[in-house]
Amino acid sequence: MSAVTEVLQQVVEGVGSGAVYASLALALVLIHRFTGIVNFAQGELAMISTYVAWQLVASGMPFWLALPVTLAVSFAGGMLIERLVIRPVQAAPELTTVIVTVGLFIFVNAMAGLIWSFTVKDFPQQFPDGGIDLAGVRVDWSTLGIIAVVAVVMGLLYLLFQHTSIGLMMRAVACNPASARLSGIRVGRVLMLGWGLAATVGAVSGVLVAPVLFLEPNMMGGVLIYAFAAATLGGFDSPVGAVVGGLLVGVAETLAGAYVDVIGADLKVGVPLVIILAVLLVRPQGLFGRAAVERA
Amino acid sequence: MRKTTALRAAAAASAALLLATACNSQRGQDDKEAAADGACRGQQTTGITDKTIKLGGIYPLSGPASAYGAISDGVSTYFKHVNEKGGIDGRTVEFVVRDDGYQPPKAVEEARRLVEQEKVFAVFQTLGTPSTAAVWDYLNKRKVPQPFVATGASIWGTDDEHPWTTGWQPNYVAEARIYAKYLQEEKPKAKVAVLYQNDDFGKDLLGGFKEAVAGSGIKVVAEESYEVTDPSVSAQLTSLARSKADVLLDITTPKFGSQALAADAKNTKWNPLHIVNAVSASTTVLKPVGFKNVQGVVSATYFKDPADPQWADDAEMKTYKEALNKYAPDSDPANQLNAYGWAVASSLHKALDAMECPTREGLRDAVRNLKDVKVDMLLPGVTLSTGSDDAFPLETMQLMKFKGERWQLFGEPVDTRKEFGPPTK
Repeated sequence: MSAVTEVLQQVVEGVGSGAVYASLALALVLIHRFTGIVNFAQGELAMISTYVAWQLVASGMPFWLALPVTLAVSFAGGMLIERLVIRPVQAAPELTTVIVTVGLFIFVNAMAGLIWSFTVKDFPQQFPDGGIDLAGVRVDWSTLGIIAVVAVVMGLLYLLFQHTSIGLMMRAVACNPASARLSGIRVGRVLMLGWGLAATVGAVSGVLVAPVLFLEPNMMGGVLIYAFAAATLGGFDSPVGAVVGGLLVGVAETLAGAYVDVIGADLKVGVPLVIILAVLLVRPQGLFGRAAVERA
Repeated sequence: MRKTTALRAAAAASAALLLATACNSQRGQDDKEAAADGACRGQQTTGITDKTIKLGGIYPLSGPASAYGAISDGVSTYFKHVNEKGGIDGRTVEFVVRDDGYQPPKAVEEARRLVEQEKVFAVFQTLGTPSTAAVWDYLNKRKVPQPFVATGASIWGTDDEHPWTTGWQPNYVAEARIYAKYLQEEKPKAKVAVLYQNDDFGKDLLGGFKEAVAGSGIKVVAEESYEVTDPSVSAQLTSLARSKADVLLDITTPKFGSQALAADAKNTKWNPLHIVNAVSASTTVLKPVGFKNVQGVVSATYFKDPADPQWADDAEMKTYKEALNKYAPDSDPANQLNAYGWAVASSLHKALDAMECPTREGLRDAVRNLKDVKVDMLLPGVTLSTGSDDAFPLETMQLMKFKGERWQLFGEPVDTRKEFGPPTK
């Protein structure tokens, strides 16, 4: 294997993990677009959705039936959480909401452990085993599959944001809730819808990555840090940014771990934190984000 | 005004707290610990009478490591079984189990509760290196035996400041040595790639391995570590594959074990001999990867696997399965952790039988003076041995290879102390 193919192989690995980060980053971006908050529990909601899918499959349901059921359950669950947990603190400062989502993180994680225990579960792989060989570089079908699904979700979100009346409403709500309410938008419903959709996208992410990461309650904990880096890098209000950010973070992290001796595998986890810090210092709105404009 | 009220309340609260502490320490002084007379004069008899003996265990019954809680089921089943047969030397065992959720600070709290309120004879067992290390200073200061801790760190045997604490299972260095010996015989020119968890556990095993292969033809050609917070180890596996090593030493905890086995199976261009450490060798780790993907993987063990049909007619295995079905019907007898609990509890039974004085000192000395003691749940050829210069009860292991849907033992049990000498600090 020549040096070039080796680097390419590492890049492909990076793209593979980057696609995982991007899928969760999409859910983060979605909920931020809708509600203006950063949801620390997003990864855990995705994890519990994955458990729902696992439970359905384990009790005999075919995967392709279990998937839509899981997505529906996640949608309803997300809306319910908004109504019961988030709505009561909506008027409080942003920090309060963030802390509530952190609490939700801990609660959901513990609950999953209580119900399904902390032993590793095998999740059915939807993509075929093996992969293709491109000029000496091995690309797994599962990597390609994850990228394809993430691209489709990204496209759908883009259409939703930019080309539907619901997208317009939610942009209005995120931008200025008071004015939105005055112009007849049911702000509460839009927020519920945002949570439901984000939970659904999260569920897709969980189901996609579970065969690779293996399902257990802490599955998404590590992914969340990278997803935050991805969303920060790409811009917290841009689905395209989330995906590009995710891929960049994945590739940067893998190459740094493999080729920068000082970093090595030991400090790999530091890479997303450095990215977050650098982006916030240099371009706080991210690569694809729009800077927030405050009316004087 | 409001400020003064708050201040006053705080002052009152701290006064009440002080008073409570004062009362507590007062009570501590009044309540002299019980002591023996006769030949065992002056030794501690807390928690033990002619009719009873009280033991306390701290296990993760909740939290990320709660799977290990199954060990406590095996231990309590063993004691219930023994109690029905008349107890240990006529003494009924009372076994108190506390939950630390795998959190060291909680382990300290529970250890204090067991010693000061429950007044246990010994803390048997603590689980996990972090929790055990968190409580051993306290227990040694209080002179409470902490026999047979459920962790494989080599420090429990190499340390000489904590005479009340002893390990049980073969330590990670001993485990590393049996892999080294296997490679010296089978692949004397092996190039080894290592994946290890970046903490005391991973470094203990890796260090032991490097020491054991030093000076031989075996070379460690690549090392990659991971943090327990990493989402996946697949990038590390890609880096290791570049080394073209012909052996992969996989020092991981369960989830990462599954990931590493899966990543190795997926990479059809690199097919090293995969050695997975005992921590990740349970079938709960291998099954999610798919049995067809883990054929030929090598590991090592020292007690009888309840899932292995070769022990189906073994008398001890039968007793164990019957007792577990009777006293812990929700537990799975095929779970190796339940069998582990049974094995360690029957080891303690032997140590209690060997006590010269029925005192805490008696147990401390008995645990450190075991001579080739046979325990029926351990593999044939594996016995408990300790002495004044040997604080490692188990140092013999046997290799196993995964075939079909289960592990198969091969070769002879290897006494790693005989082969390599005592582990060094």
